[in-house]
Amino acid sequence: MDYLYYPGCSIKESGIAYEESLTAIMDVLNTPLQELEDWNCCGATTCISVESDEAIALASRNLALAEKQSNSKGTVDLVTPCNACYLTLMRATHYLSERQDIAGKVLPALDKQGLHCDNRVRIRHPLDVLVNDVGVKAISDHVRRKLTGLKVACYYGCQMVRPYATFDDPHRPTSMDQVMKALGAQTIDWSLKTKCCGAALGSLLPDIVEQLCHDILREAEKRGAEVVVTGCPLCHFNLESNQSAIRKRHPDFKTIPVAYFSQIMGLGFDLPPKKLGIQRLFIPLPASLTAGAGKGGEYVTA
Amino acid sequence: MLLRDEFSKNGDIRIGVYVCDCGTNIAGKVRVPEVVEYAGTLPHVVVAKEYKYMCSDPGQDMIRREIKEQKLNRLLVAACSPHVHEETFRNVAAQAGLNPFLFQMVNIRELVSWVTKDPDKATAKAKDMIRAAANRVLFHEELEPLKYHIKRNVVIVGGGIAGIHAALLLADSGEHVYLVERESSIGGHMAMFDKTFPTLDCAACILTPKMTMVKSHPNITIMSYSEVVEVNGFVGDFKVKVRKKPRYVDEENCVGCFECIDACVFKDARYPNEFDFGLGKRKPIYMPFPQAVPPVPVIDADTCIEFKTGKCPKECLKACGERAGIDFAQKEEIVELEVGSIIVATGFDSFDPKKMPQYGYGIYSNVYTSLEAERLFNASGPTAGELVLRDGSKPKSVGIIHCVGSRDENHNRWCSRVCCMYSMKLAHLVKERTNADVFNFYIDIRAAGKGYEEFYNRTMEEGVQYIRGKVAEVTDNAQTKDEEGKLVIRVEDTLLGMIRRIPVDMVILSVGLEPQHDALEVTKMFNISCSGGGWFMERHPKLAPVSTMSGGVFLAGACQAPKDIPDTVAQAGAAASEALALSHKGVIEVEPNTAFIDETLCSGCQVCVGLCPYSAISYDQEKKISILNQALCQGCGVCAGACPSGAAQQHLFNDSQLMAEIEGALAGVL
Amino acid sequence: MNKEFEPKILGILCNWCSYMASDLAGTSRSQYPPNIRVVRVMCSGRIEPQLILWAFQQGADGVLVGGCNPGDCHYQEGNYKALRRVTLLKTMLPQFGIEPERLRLEWICASCAEEMRKTVEEFTNTLCRLGPLKVQIPQIIPVTGKAVVEYVQT
Repeated sequence: MDYLYYPGCSIKESGIAYEESLTAIMDVLNTPLQELEDWNCCGATTCISVESDEAIALASRNLALAEKQSNSKGTVDLVTPCNACYLTLMRATHYLSERQDIAGKVLPALDKQGLHCDNRVRIRHPLDVLVNDVGVKAISDHVRRKLTGLKVACYYGCQMVRPYATFDDPHRPTSMDQVMKALGAQTIDWSLKTKCCGAALGSLLPDIVEQLCHDILREAEKRGAEVVVTGCPLCHFNLESNQSAIRKRHPDFKTIPVAYFSQIMGLGFDLPPKKLGIQRLFIPLPASLTAGAGKGGEYVTA
Repeated sequence: MLLRDEFSKNGDIRIGVYVCDCGTNIAGKVRVPEVVEYAGTLPHVVVAKEYKYMCSDPGQDMIRREIKEQKLNRLLVAACSPHVHEETFRNVAAQAGLNPFLFQMVNIRELVSWVTKDPDKATAKAKDMIRAAANRVLFHEELEPLKYHIKRNVVIVGGGIAGIHAALLLADSGEHVYLVERESSIGGHMAMFDKTFPTLDCAACILTPKMTMVKSHPNITIMSYSEVVEVNGFVGDFKVKVRKKPRYVDEENCVGCFECIDACVFKDARYPNEFDFGLGKRKPIYMPFPQAVPPVPVIDADTCIEFKTGKCPKECLKACGERAGIDFAQKEEIVELEVGSIIVATGFDSFDPKKMPQYGYGIYSNVYTSLEAERLFNASGPTAGELVLRDGSKPKSVGIIHCVGSRDENHNRWCSRVCCMYSMKLAHLVKERTNADVFNFYIDIRAAGKGYEEFYNRTMEEGVQYIRGKVAEVTDNAQTKDEEGKLVIRVEDTLLGMIRRIPVDMVILSVGLEPQHDALEVTKMFNISCSGGGWFMERHPKLAPVSTMSGGVFLAGACQAPKDIPDTVAQAGAAASEALALSHKGVIEVEPNTAFIDETLCSGCQVCVGLCPYSAISYDQEKKISILNQALCQGCGVCAGACPSGAAQQHLFNDSQLMAEIEGALAGVL
Repeated sequence: MNKEFEPKILGILCNWCSYMASDLAGTSRSQYPPNIRVVRVMCSGRIEPQLILWAFQQGADGVLVGGCNPGDCHYQEGNYKALRRVTLLKTMLPQFGIEPERLRLEWICASCAEEMRKTVEEFTNTLCRLGPLKVQIPQIIPVTGKAVVEYVQT
């Protein structure tokens, strides 16, 4: 199956480690992602709150590009690793097929650019592809360095499964947990998997966002997680970069590393840490996880 | 070349047209005087009149008078739906000496004034419909209603409080009742409750005596552990097939000593008791609850060693001894009942809160449904009436969440009607038994009913706290010391205008009511319809609330819509008296819309024979034509629709009537 | 689309489901186009193709046949018979020069008032698009009961 890949802006900047590690593991799994040519910003949550029709048009341009670029005459799978892009593009596909009033404005606008959209694009999150297309079995078959004993907290964020719960439960998703378990890791059972981290409000309302991040990180720490694992560059940035500010407010909070699920997978596949952007993390992963990684060394739990 | 012109040679037809204003319901949209004037110009119409309420006494009097004075031989009333007043005006005709089937109802309310914006169009549509009917009645003929003898037995499906109450009423007045219950005991949901709101009557104390009366009543046959599988026939003469599941204990021989249960090789009860939602345990041979009726144990083949391996010492059999109550060889049995009417009282299911994982049911062990809480409070329940958490300790704080699954776009849109009140009752019981802090989370409090609002006030005086807001989630994520080890209810308190986190030990979800999971199959079996949401549909929401569109099939209790015990009992009484009224009449008059076969036209092709769903048509080998048995015909007209030579026809819907009606309906200009 | 044109629809509805739905549309004060004229029959299985052709001949621009949902027929399976007849008739209509879209079969349950409203609205739009039924249907000799036979003979 061919997958087109829409990276989104964050992943090319603050979230570059996500792209590096995702590309690496998808190569191992023989599921290469082909980047969409000439893609543009999806508009994320910011744009739509100001100009709704324009925001849908902005996102829809990527859908039209995908239909143009794909060899498929039927459904086109467009993979986007960012939760915000995922929701925004998903909303665009939904509006184009269900909301005639909006489609009636967006489609002619695309037409002026010589673009066309036939509602053939299916937006996929990498976790969806991993669990439903690649399969948990194939993942565990590729594990070279079993992460037995590693305790992780899978944090999905709010936009991956809500409101479009296409591939997982909107309240208690399990896809990331399944992937982590396939690596041999243990996942903690907690209720904050889809709690909002505050995302883009970090620069506007730091008080609130720090509190939200604290609640999530603290709960993960309390339940014995060694790493918080995410599938979104915005969640990752928020949870990682706010930790020093959180410590000032909550002195009893220590620190907990935050990694992308693809990085942990790469470590399980025994890929070199550098290829996975591990060195880019502000908070280093537990030494046990990185020591000897990529060199055929066995994982020994701390 | 109009049909009606051709027909004018058929004697002296005198039509009276009566157009109803229905207050402003019709006259507010349709220009009635104009319609009346138009009707007067139609051929054969000798009188056309308007009246404010045609169904009122003066309206009826006017029609009766004019039928006589004007020597009318056709009657047309343009008013509401035939489903509302056809019967009324047929009677008017009959009282004035006119054969009621020479009357035709024209529906200009439901089909015209209520659904049309433009008065011009509505007026035109009303004229067209009157013209259609005036055309049609030319071809009407005098008919006699078909009369059938009514069998004096009644089958009641569902042994909850509705079925029990209806059974006792009918049995007391001399009818024989078959009470069919799917579970091994009658009692239904009410048997699970501890107390009933708002009077706090002990549910068992008021229900158990009725259950025992059912058991001992000579006119009632309880068919427990049984299900209706097939229904044939029609009002007055139904044939109902009931499947009796094997309970492996002979109801005749069992004396109800329960020595078999004590003797079972399982010394301890170890299997989850379904009646307690698994909170209590039972043995493979068990009674679901102590007051079960009939007081006969049941053996669950899935857990019984004898059924699983065939190597059980069968201590139960030995204990029973010569009483010979245990019967491992019992087989499923199909019993056919012949009854005159049917009362459907199949009750409700409760909403499955696993569909709302944000409330943590099935995830956090101390989140209970309201029915589970009822069992905990019940003196004969798994904890003998103690409200305890899974670890056996008493809760110090309890949160009760209203409207779980109800009034919710994502689940059920209806209000389940009973949850506010039973939540208050549970709150009161929590206070009474544990003195814990109780928080009720509600969207709106609906306490309409005798003594209900007073009960609401009483619980507030007892210290129950009411927080207005739909709960966002129940979580074990503790953010403060107070929240450690608790379930935290996160809610927007819409009266305070703030988000609150309330830590509690126990959460009770006030789950809403839903139609039974197999309600759709039941509707098909009894030939009844569903309203929105899947509740069984009554014949008329206001004027025929317990009848259905199928004659002789009545509804009682929550299968029709969510309702509390008093309303259920009242409706059961109504259903019983409807059934009684029917059987006391002895004879029922059925609309003579049956088919008939014109022997002179029948070519003997037999197309109709195979089509008839009731096997009412057979082929006469000697005459070489099809013969119709009127008694079996249900009046669908499928044969008339198929007959290639026009020999098969349907009274009230024959070809000429329908064609004339169509011609009239389309003759206008839009 | 011809804005001036008001199509005439003949609705032949079964007593138990689709007629009940129209009643309910009334009690719920649903507003729909005034173009439909309703004839009630006990079961959609009663409707013979001749009645439909007769309606076209008498000036209907469209005919709506309404029955109960599959499996819900009050008379067990009359609606299936209607389905067979309508399906066959639709294949024949072009021979008369009638677009098959002018005949519509719908399952409308007794509580489906909204479905009823939508159906009439959609059907009216379809017929506005198709325009008036221009073809003259040849005099079909209706095979019917005595009265009509007499009529045809005169």
